[in-house]
Amino acid sequence: MSVDEKTVRRIAHLARIAVTDEEVPHLQGELNAILAFVEQLGEVNVDGVEPMTSVTPMVMKKREDVVTDGGYPDKIVMNAPVTEDHFFVVPKVVE
Amino acid sequence: MTDLLDLTLTDARDGLKARDFSATELAKAHLDAMEKARSLNAYVLETPERALAMAAESDARIARGEARPLEGIPLGVKDLFCTEGVRTTACSRILDDFVPPYESTVTAQLWRDGAVMLGKLNNDEFAMGSSNETSAFGPVVNPWRRKGSNAALVPGGSSGGSAAAVAARLCLGATATDTGGSIRQPAAFTGTVGIKPTYGRCSRWGTVAFASSLDQAGPIAKTVRDCAVLLASMSGHDPKDTTSVDVPVPDFEAAVTRGVKGLRIGIPKEYRVEGMPAEIEALWQKGAEWLKAAGAEIVDVSLPHTKYALPAYYIVAPAEASSNLARYDGVRYGLRVPGRDIVEMYENTRAAGFGREVKRRVMIGTYVLSAGYYDAYYLRAQKIRTLIKRDFETVYCGGVDAILTPATPSAAFGLAEMATASPVEMYLNDVFTVTVNMAGLPGISVPAGLDSQGLPLGLQLIGRPFDEETLFAAGQVIEEAAGRLTPPETWWA
Repeated sequence: MSVDEKTVRRIAHLARIAVTDEEVPHLQGELNAILAFVEQLGEVNVDGVEPMTSVTPMVMKKREDVVTDGGYPDKIVMNAPVTEDHFFVVPKVVE
Repeated sequence: MTDLLDLTLTDARDGLKARDFSATELAKAHLDAMEKARSLNAYVLETPERALAMAAESDARIARGEARPLEGIPLGVKDLFCTEGVRTTACSRILDDFVPPYESTVTAQLWRDGAVMLGKLNNDEFAMGSSNETSAFGPVVNPWRRKGSNAALVPGGSSGGSAAAVAARLCLGATATDTGGSIRQPAAFTGTVGIKPTYGRCSRWGTVAFASSLDQAGPIAKTVRDCAVLLASMSGHDPKDTTSVDVPVPDFEAAVTRGVKGLRIGIPKEYRVEGMPAEIEALWQKGAEWLKAAGAEIVDVSLPHTKYALPAYYIVAPAEASSNLARYDGVRYGLRVPGRDIVEMYENTRAAGFGREVKRRVMIGTYVLSAGYYDAYYLRAQKIRTLIKRDFETVYCGGVDAILTPATPSAAFGLAEMATASPVEMYLNDVFTVTVNMAGLPGISVPAGLDSQGLPLGLQLIGRPFDEETLFAAGQVIEEAAGRLTPPETWWA
């Protein structure tokens, strides 16, 4: 399978990465090289094979559904580019 | 005080205990060496004040007779581990000046045991790379050079700063992470020892995530024994990581001298890849002979799905990366580049903050997970992963204790030498190491000799799940038989 320029732009948008017109052909070439490389997986017979979902067979541990952490909003927002009164600030999303 | 730099971690531990020198002297010797070695670009942040404060505390504890297992041992930390109050970037512009308000479990355990932090080490951006050339801080220079040449070589990646710092004697050991070979390949390129433990042995909590089902922390150090000591401190169950496994941590150091008598070591024929340099083939042969001479039985084994591990990895790892890296959106931390609306703000931020290799992998991952392609790519790759794991299980069920392979298909290459290569050519560096991550197994890389140009080459041992002890025992046999490499001259200082 290979991707065309339109698909490259669509993937970039899905991945929320802005791409310039000059970048698109270059990215297209690189993505197609990788897709060509993984194409050989098609020759493996995977009938009846379960997908691997965990490296070590184990039951996922669960804990009590209680609050165990928190109460330090200063720390939570200390690395944010824009904040106001312990809130993260983003461009307006609702008209 | 150059001699302090030549000590192994365990020598230094003994010297501190005997009060031959202080933790402060040991830290200062390394801090001075780091300052003189800035041209190698191994450290992206030096933390001398923190180091001297921790060393002073160690000296006080030693004086009181309350030394902890790693008391006063100066270490470097890969910049993928969050360190409380100390800038952590994953060597990406997108994390900007991120200062974690918490400490990763792995580093917290090292400090709990008395180790001293010298600084943060360079790596490929988000650990995506095999040469440390994708770092936002620029490449690391390998302390090793070809005989009679001044050409700068790469240290391998992604833990290139960790490996170069250990090889250049800028720390006694370093933390590292390995998603497809990022501990073992740089260790092989720099004549150092590196172990990726079994998936789940070390907590991933507080380590910047790349591909969560493959990422695993481990040490890089000067000797097999040093790695055993560090891994013991880094390991153990952590309730904060649900994939961390609740099994006891064995006495790894005790396993180092166990020997290999009676062990069966497998040689997988599928690792004899086309175009493999004769020197590597010969070294592999020599490794098998050393183990045999030490009492192991060498048997031929087959891992038929080996060739599919790398292509399957390049579906699984980018898919998980595209999901993990979705968090870098310019809202909660790191870089933010404005846009007309929120989507444009996301797109501009991620375009400016991610480097080329990261963008490439996030886009591949996005594509293979997108509607209509999930079954053809991701699901198929995960099924192939089951087959790769099954190959190993069959061999181990047949009575094989560990598997011996080359660590890398070549010695270290030149800086920028791969600049015009396709991404896939760079990916081939991990052809011998990536199977181990796909199956979740432990793997160690041990220096085994020099090539005709005087560059280090490594051998890899792959173990059964949670049997790092056999790797330390067999690794020690190789280290003793090969003889420890004479470290490179300090041409950079």
